[in-house]
Amino acid sequence: MYKYDNYDQAMVDARVAEFRDQINRRIAGEMTEDQFKPLRLMNGLYLQLHAYMLRVAIPYGTLDSRQMRMLAHIARKYDRDYGHFTTRQNIQYNWIKLEDCADILEELATVEMHAIQTSGNCIRNISSDQYAGAAADEVTDPRPWAELLRQWSTFHPEFSYLPRKFKIAVIASYEDRAAMRLHDIGLELVRKDGELGARVFVGGGMGRTPMIAPEINPFVKADDLLSYLEACLRVYNRYGRRDNMYKARIKILIHEIGADEYRRQVAEEFTHVKTLGIDPPLAELERISAFFAPPAYDAANVEPDRNDPDFALWLDQNVKPHKQAGYAIVNISLKPIGGIPGDATSAQIDVMADLAEKYSFDELRVTHAQNIVLPHVAKRDLYAVWQALRDAELADANLDLISDIIACPGLDYCSLANARSIPVAQKIATRFADMDRQRDLGELKLKISGCINACGHHHAGHIGILGVDKKGVENYQLTFGGSGAEDVSIGKIIGPGFDEDGVVDAVEKATEVYKALRKGDERFVDTYRRVGLEPFKEAIYG
Amino acid sequence: MKLLTGNDLVSGAVTWWTGNGWSIHVEDAADVGEHGEAILHAEEGARRVNAPYIIDALPTENGPRPAHIKDRIRALGPTVRTDLTLKPADPTAGDWII
Amino acid sequence: MVEFRYRTDEVTEQPSVTLDAFLDQSNATAVRLEPDDDARALIPFLDRLTLIEVAFPKFRDGRGYSAARILREAGYQGELRAQGDVLVDQIAYMRRCGFDSFAPEASLNPDAVARALAYYDHAYQGAADSAVPIWKLRHG
Repeated sequence: MYKYDNYDQAMVDARVAEFRDQINRRIAGEMTEDQFKPLRLMNGLYLQLHAYMLRVAIPYGTLDSRQMRMLAHIARKYDRDYGHFTTRQNIQYNWIKLEDCADILEELATVEMHAIQTSGNCIRNISSDQYAGAAADEVTDPRPWAELLRQWSTFHPEFSYLPRKFKIAVIASYEDRAAMRLHDIGLELVRKDGELGARVFVGGGMGRTPMIAPEINPFVKADDLLSYLEACLRVYNRYGRRDNMYKARIKILIHEIGADEYRRQVAEEFTHVKTLGIDPPLAELERISAFFAPPAYDAANVEPDRNDPDFALWLDQNVKPHKQAGYAIVNISLKPIGGIPGDATSAQIDVMADLAEKYSFDELRVTHAQNIVLPHVAKRDLYAVWQALRDAELADANLDLISDIIACPGLDYCSLANARSIPVAQKIATRFADMDRQRDLGELKLKISGCINACGHHHAGHIGILGVDKKGVENYQLTFGGSGAEDVSIGKIIGPGFDEDGVVDAVEKATEVYKALRKGDERFVDTYRRVGLEPFKEAIYG
Repeated sequence: MKLLTGNDLVSGAVTWWTGNGWSIHVEDAADVGEHGEAILHAEEGARRVNAPYIIDALPTENGPRPAHIKDRIRALGPTVRTDLTLKPADPTAGDWII
Repeated sequence: MVEFRYRTDEVTEQPSVTLDAFLDQSNATAVRLEPDDDARALIPFLDRLTLIEVAFPKFRDGRGYSAARILREAGYQGELRAQGDVLVDQIAYMRRCGFDSFAPEASLNPDAVARALAYYDHAYQGAADSAVPIWKLRHG
C-alpha cells in the first residue's frame, strides 16, 4: 500500500488547517452559504436532510486496518456508530456537525486519510478495480497509476472550478469491475509492444443523460499520461457548457461536438501541453509502484474443507480466485437480507479491520457495489475468516445475486432524492431471501437510485429501479438490460412506473419470465438481450 | 399553513421556526403566513439557520404535518432507522410519514 | 479596484478594452477577457500588452483559470489581473495559474488572503507559477 512521505503528509495537514479556517469564517459570518458551499464540498461536506454529511475518500478503494479502525472510530465518536460505503468506493457519515468537521479531518490525517475533492466541481476520488493486485487477469496493478492521478488532481489549480464534477476510473484488465466506461474518463491500462500505457475513454456517465464513454485514444504512454489528461480537462474546462448544470458534464460536450472533434481538440492541446514538462519521470511511477509490491505469500495450495454447507455456499458465492496459488479473494457482503445496502456498524468495521490485519496482509478494499474485499486470504484461513464474519453478521453469501443490491441513500437521507431507495432494496431482498432461489437466478445485478442523478447506478443494472416523485407520491420506474461491466450498456425503461409493492412484484414477475425462457447458462441480462422486452412486458403489465 | 424550516448552521440539525426562535420539533412550528421570506432572510443573515425554505403543511391535532414526504422525513428521521429518529421508542412513528 | 498586487512594476493607467475592440484596431496595451473569449487570440500581441484583465462574473465559472495559464504558457510577462467575483479561497489557485493582481468586486480581508496563500509549501503538479512540483523535489 502507498505510504505518505513528508510532502504528502504536509499536504493533508495543511488542508485541515485551511478548512478549519474556512469553517471558522463561515460560522463567524465572513462567508455566505453560497460562498462556503463549494469550499465545504471540496472537503466532502454536504448538507443533507437531517444533518451535514461527510464523505471521506478511500483512494482507489484501498485501505489498511489502521485506516479502517479510524473509520470505525469516527463513526463512534462523531456520528451514530455506523458508516455507509458508497458506489465510488468512499465512506459517508450521515450525522456530522459542522463544528466537528475540522477535528474529524485532523484525526483522519493521522492515518493518511482525507476528504479532499470527494465532492464539488473538481476531479473526484480516483476509483479502481477492487481486485487490483490480486486478480489473475490484470495486465499490471492499476493502483500506482491511480495514486499518480490522485496526486496530480489534488488541488489542481486550473481544474477546481470545472463546469461540473469529474470522475476518473483506472482498470487494468479486460473484465471491468469498476464501471470504467461510465466515468468522465475511464482508463484501461494495456500493453503495447511490451510497453504499458492507457487506453483512454472520455465522456461516460450516468445521471439524467447516461452515456457510454467512447474511446478517445487507444494508447497513451505512461510518461505522456498527465499531459494528455491535462489536455482532456482543459478542453472541457474551456468549452464544457456552463449555462445549464444538467448539461455541464463532459459527456454532453462530447455528445454535442462529437468524439472525433473532441479527439482533435485534445490532440492539438496535448501537442502544446507536452512542451510544458508537467509529466513526472517514469521513476515516479516506479517509486509509487514499489509500495504496491506483492505481499510475502507463503501458503501452500490447500483446498478448504467444505463439510460445513453454509461455509461451502459462501465459498462458492463470495470467494474468488487469486493470482497466487494458495490464496483467494474474499468478498464481504454488506447486503444482509432486509438490511441497508452499504451500511456497516463501527463494530463490524473493526471486525473487518482485524481480519485484514490477521489474514489479508493488512489490506482491505471497498467495491463500487458497496461491499468490502479482503484481497489476499490464504485458503487455509478461509474457514476461520468465514466464522469470524458469520459471528459479526457479515457472512451473507449473496455476491452478485439479486439481493446484492446497489442502492443510494435515497429520500431517507438525501436532499436531492425524490423517493426512498433503501426500503425498496429491503423488500426485494426479503422477497428473494431464500438462497436456493437466489442462486437459481444466478448473477443478477439490481441497482436502485432515488432520483435521476443515478448514484445507485440504476442505468447499469441488469434490473434498474429509479425512484421518481409523482405528484408528491413515490413512484418507481423499472429499467432492464443495463450493465456496468465489460458488456457495458444502458438499461431501457420498460413502461409505466409502480408503487413500492408494485415494483417488487414486477421484479418477481421478470425473474419468472427469465426462468421460463432462459437457455443454458444464460444470465437474466443475456436472456433479456436475446428475447427482448416483449415477454417481460406482457407478464408485468399484461 | 406555511412553515419555515432549515438546518442549524453549526449542528446541521433540522429546525423549525416557532414564531420567536427555532425548534427541532415540528410540533412547535408556527404558521408564518405571508412573513416567511422576511423571517428567512433575517434568520439566515443572523446565521441561526442554514439553507432555510418555506413549505406547505396541514394543521392537525398533533401539530403541523408537512405536505411533502421529504419534509416529513426531515421532521422525524430516516424511515429505515427508526432508532435514530426523534421518536426512537415509538415503532409506529414512521406511519406518520407515509 | 486592485486590492492585491504581487508585482513591483508601475500600475497601467490605460483602461482595458474588450477583446473584439483590441483585435479590431488597436494600439491599446490593456485588454479585458470575458469568460467566453479565446485567450489564444491574444498570443500574437503579447509583447505589446502590459495588462490583461480576466473577468470572473461568477466565482463558479472557472474558464479564467485556463485563460491565465494559456497566456503565461505563451510567454506573457505583463500584469494578469483577476477581476470580479473573486473570493479569498480562490486566490491561491489563481496565483498558481499565473494571476498576479486581483480586483475583487467585494473587498477581501487581507489577513484571510495572507493565510490562504501561506497554507501550502508545495504543490503536486506543475502550473504557471514557479512552484517546483513535488515529484521533481522527490527525484531531483
